[in-house]
Amino acid sequence: MTDATATNQRPGPESAWTRLRRRKMGMFGLALVILIVGAAILAPWIAPYDPFEQKFDGLTMFGEPLPPGGAYVLGTDLLGRDLLSRLLYGARTSLIIGVVANGIALVIGTIIGLTAGFFQGWIGAVLMRFTDLMMAFPALLLAICLAAIFQPSLWIVAFVIAMVNWVQTARVIYTETSALAARDFIAAERTLGASTPRILFKHILPHLVPMIIVWGTLGISTTVLLEATLSYLGVGVQPPTPSWGNIIFENQTYFQSAPWLVFFPGAAIVVLALAFNLVGDALRDVLDPTLRGSD
Amino acid sequence: MKKLLASTALIAAIALPAFAQETLDPNATPGGNITVTYKDDVATLDPAIGYDWQNWSMIKSLFDGLMDYEPGTTTLRPGLAESYDISDDGLTFTFHLRPGVKFHNGREMLAEDVKYSLDRVTNPTTQSPGAGFFGAIVGYDAIASGEAETLEGVTVVDPATVEIKLSRPDATFLHVMALNFASVVPQEAVEAANGDFGKLPVGTGAFKLGDWTIGQKLVFEKNADYWRAGLPYLDTVTFEVGQEPIVALLRLQNGEVDVPGDGIPPAKFQEVMGDPAQAARVVEGGQLQTGYITLNVTTPPLDDVNVRKAINMAINKDRITKLINGRAVPANQPLPPSMPGYTEDYAGYAYDVDAAKALLAEAGLADGFDTELYVMNTDPNPRIAQAIQQDLAAIGVNASIQSLAQANVIEAGGAGTAPMIWSGGMAWIADFPDPSNFFGPILGCAGAEEGGWNWSKFCNAEIDAEATAADSMIDPAAPERMQMWSDVYMKVMEEAPWVPVFNEQRYTMKSERMGGADALYVDPVSIPVNYDYVYVTE
Amino acid sequence: MAAYLIRRLIQSALILLGVSFITFFLLYVLPADPVRQIAGRSATPQTVANIRAQLGLDQPFVVQYGRYLAGLFHGDMGRSYLQKTDVATLILARLPASLLLMVAGIGAELVVGLTMGVVAAVFRGRALDNCLMMTSFVTVSAPQFVVALLLLYVFAVQLGWFPIGGYGTAAHLVLPAMTLGILGSGWYARMMRSSMVEVLRADFIRTARAKGLTRGRVILRHALPNAILPIIAMIGIDIGIFMGGIVVVEGVFGWPGIGQLAWQAIQRVDIPIIMGVTLVSAFAIVLGNLLADLVAPLIDPRIRIR
Repeated sequence: MTDATATNQRPGPESAWTRLRRRKMGMFGLALVILIVGAAILAPWIAPYDPFEQKFDGLTMFGEPLPPGGAYVLGTDLLGRDLLSRLLYGARTSLIIGVVANGIALVIGTIIGLTAGFFQGWIGAVLMRFTDLMMAFPALLLAICLAAIFQPSLWIVAFVIAMVNWVQTARVIYTETSALAARDFIAAERTLGASTPRILFKHILPHLVPMIIVWGTLGISTTVLLEATLSYLGVGVQPPTPSWGNIIFENQTYFQSAPWLVFFPGAAIVVLALAFNLVGDALRDVLDPTLRGSD
Repeated sequence: MKKLLASTALIAAIALPAFAQETLDPNATPGGNITVTYKDDVATLDPAIGYDWQNWSMIKSLFDGLMDYEPGTTTLRPGLAESYDISDDGLTFTFHLRPGVKFHNGREMLAEDVKYSLDRVTNPTTQSPGAGFFGAIVGYDAIASGEAETLEGVTVVDPATVEIKLSRPDATFLHVMALNFASVVPQEAVEAANGDFGKLPVGTGAFKLGDWTIGQKLVFEKNADYWRAGLPYLDTVTFEVGQEPIVALLRLQNGEVDVPGDGIPPAKFQEVMGDPAQAARVVEGGQLQTGYITLNVTTPPLDDVNVRKAINMAINKDRITKLINGRAVPANQPLPPSMPGYTEDYAGYAYDVDAAKALLAEAGLADGFDTELYVMNTDPNPRIAQAIQQDLAAIGVNASIQSLAQANVIEAGGAGTAPMIWSGGMAWIADFPDPSNFFGPILGCAGAEEGGWNWSKFCNAEIDAEATAADSMIDPAAPERMQMWSDVYMKVMEEAPWVPVFNEQRYTMKSERMGGADALYVDPVSIPVNYDYVYVTE
Repeated sequence: MAAYLIRRLIQSALILLGVSFITFFLLYVLPADPVRQIAGRSATPQTVANIRAQLGLDQPFVVQYGRYLAGLFHGDMGRSYLQKTDVATLILARLPASLLLMVAGIGAELVVGLTMGVVAAVFRGRALDNCLMMTSFVTVSAPQFVVALLLLYVFAVQLGWFPIGGYGTAAHLVLPAMTLGILGSGWYARMMRSSMVEVLRADFIRTARAKGLTRGRVILRHALPNAILPIIAMIGIDIGIFMGGIVVVEGVFGWPGIGQLAWQAIQRVDIPIIMGVTLVSAFAIVLGNLLADLVAPLIDPRIRIR
């Protein structure tokens, strides 16, 4: 056997952190996350202008946006608003939706996966088939349809994204719970008379935590991308609230003459998703080396 | 009225040959092909169904109706009917058909075909969105409710004569006969198509459909037997679909495309107009269109006319026009300037933030109020909505934007749940060049019902009565009638259920080799281009 | 094996049924009224009522759904509300374009991703490896529309190497396929790298090297074929992901596929088309998953069919 077994200790918080620190890409990602979260939190203080204010001198005489430089560091958008300010506030929107949507998806996925994996039998079969069903939906089409049904608001957008995203988590949790539930020590607990909730919360759930953390982190990158795409299509976050996706949506008709309006927010989206991907991947390597990683 | 009857009598008295005499353009060289691009696929070419601005002109080139317009103008002229008589009470129209007109399938067009076409478009099974236009014809209610299979008021007197009886005088009737919905179609072709007539159209028009590759392109071929001698000039017109406007423009600049059907994309507008060589090939024209904000008069506090007037004064229309690169003219009344009945020297509600705030204070709302602004979620409408939102905020009105899919906005408007709606993307364009078309569905009581397009739910019985009286006059162009309509709209503006914002101008760019009068490229009826009359110069 | 196959087929059919039900239900509760769209702005209430009755939209939900299903069994996906043409005709007309894009996209993914993965594995631990893996992370993190717009802007507009969107020649296919290829390559690159690394550690490789075979030969003829096997099963799942995402790429490049069709239909609430495209996409996803699950044990005997 290879040395994989040697590192299969119970991952305690200290050893995990130490190992995480050694993974350079993961740390780089973490740094990016901190940077973006920091920018989002500090937005009201560091944004040079009000992101909602449509400035009269923010447009040329013919109604065209200003390029980067001068009074507006990153230029203005098609309504004469400062792009940098909108990007900073947009970070808040994208992060909030990403985290909230992902949180909801995690909760739903975990509940379904846990229930199906632990109880198996009839309930398990129904739940897993339902999961398969949701997987068969073309995600984007479903999201667009859902968004068309409800009046748009940040919560609705988060909810729609969560609806489309919980499936992966559910499957993974299900597999893991099934494996755990079949182990001897669970059977032993049962004969000792432990109640079901006790088994679930004291014995199974703690083992799932690493996986939840990993998928939670990786999931944020997916939800951020999905929110950007939905906003780009016009069915996500509604203006004037800035989100990186809807900045591109509003300004894309000018992308040839004002490409900065597409590429700055685009780059921001990539960096955010990348950051969470890097961190999530590193966490996966550290917390559960039996999962396939990059090593 | 007498003058009109006299002139038509004169026309009827002259024995016209089978082929209409056209004043042909002496510079026109017959032959050639042009390429027109569009982004969206063509929905249908069935004249009873097609109702979007993209297929409207295509259908016009494939089909004809009893009446038509002089090319590039809003003046009516005879179409398939070479002459017509109107009874003194204005209730009976007798159309004398042109002999020798052939459908694309070779068969001669007869009066039976006219009756069949009108029966078809008003029959519920056809699901025509234009059925309502024929409401004045006797027997319409019976066929619309399913009690009858044909229109009682349309009778075939002989193979060359059709008589249509109306249940009430209707000044717009001749315009209705010029609509695409009144096009004449051959029964055997409709039945042979088995529900797919929209993809297999057969008409009497200047062009016939050659090839259609769904999602990619359509080709129109010249109808060699067209009854207007010498027309069309072009051999073929190729429509390529699925092309983004920016791509289309680039291809135009490369010489691959003749007319970008969706117009000049906003991002390129300045660039094109700033280059003299390119600007010379752009034709600018007015459209029978108005963009407006509807204010729901049943929703407080918009039920107070002073509040509505205040909102009118708060909108900076010049700034909004600048947002769309100045491709519009600020508007102060519902009718567009090129529409007959437009009131020339009306000042409207000038932009005056202080006066607006004063009016609001007078209405007891010095602190402003909260409301919602609905808008369609395709560019540039959310941007315009945000500009409006900022203007409203300046007088203390907090409008939260509801940017939804078009269908959802229409739904909210029809249900009356939307306090304010920016009409962009759904703005009213006239179906025919007559002021009554801007009233009934969008400002009249009939349109204020549940589901109607009168989103401001404005219903004033007095104004409605005046509108009906204006339409009961027989001559559509009579000065008294135009005066009445002008009066109607002035009264509407006093109640201020709308904020008229701008009238969009149309800019059609064409390639160098295209010829023909400029008016053909901004034809008010055949948008964007009147394919029958344009030609290529090489 | 046969029993398993039959069981999966039945499951797949049930899943498709479930998809059709949920989609139909969602479209039914849409607040937007499709009849208003069809009837247009000049319709009288009578016309609207007529159209509603004609289309059977005044019937209760169960009746409407039942009719739709009955139609499906005859191969009839209904008629577009706005075009009055058979949905099946519209989809079939555009399906080849989407399929072409899918095949080209997957091809591009595989070429780019597998190459990156192999190279990264061979130079494991060195700068090149880190660089390639970072690139793969970036590509996985990019939203489709950003990559699409970027490629369009740089290669078509600025450099003019490729046509600016459209359909027809091989040149038109390059940019859209590359967009999909770049986006998906990261995933394949990382999986290939893992797989390759594992294979390179195996005994038979050491034997081959000990026998004196050159490194290149060992990699290409002995390691690569073994490393690729687990990836093949993944392609099936990829098909499913494509179906979900073509809306954006087809939109940006003006590609006349079913993604464009679906987007237009959603804007206009043309329900029969939306149903049709959703079902076709779901079918592709289910088929892809089924193929992946069937192929996997054939390739890797360690995976047993449950």
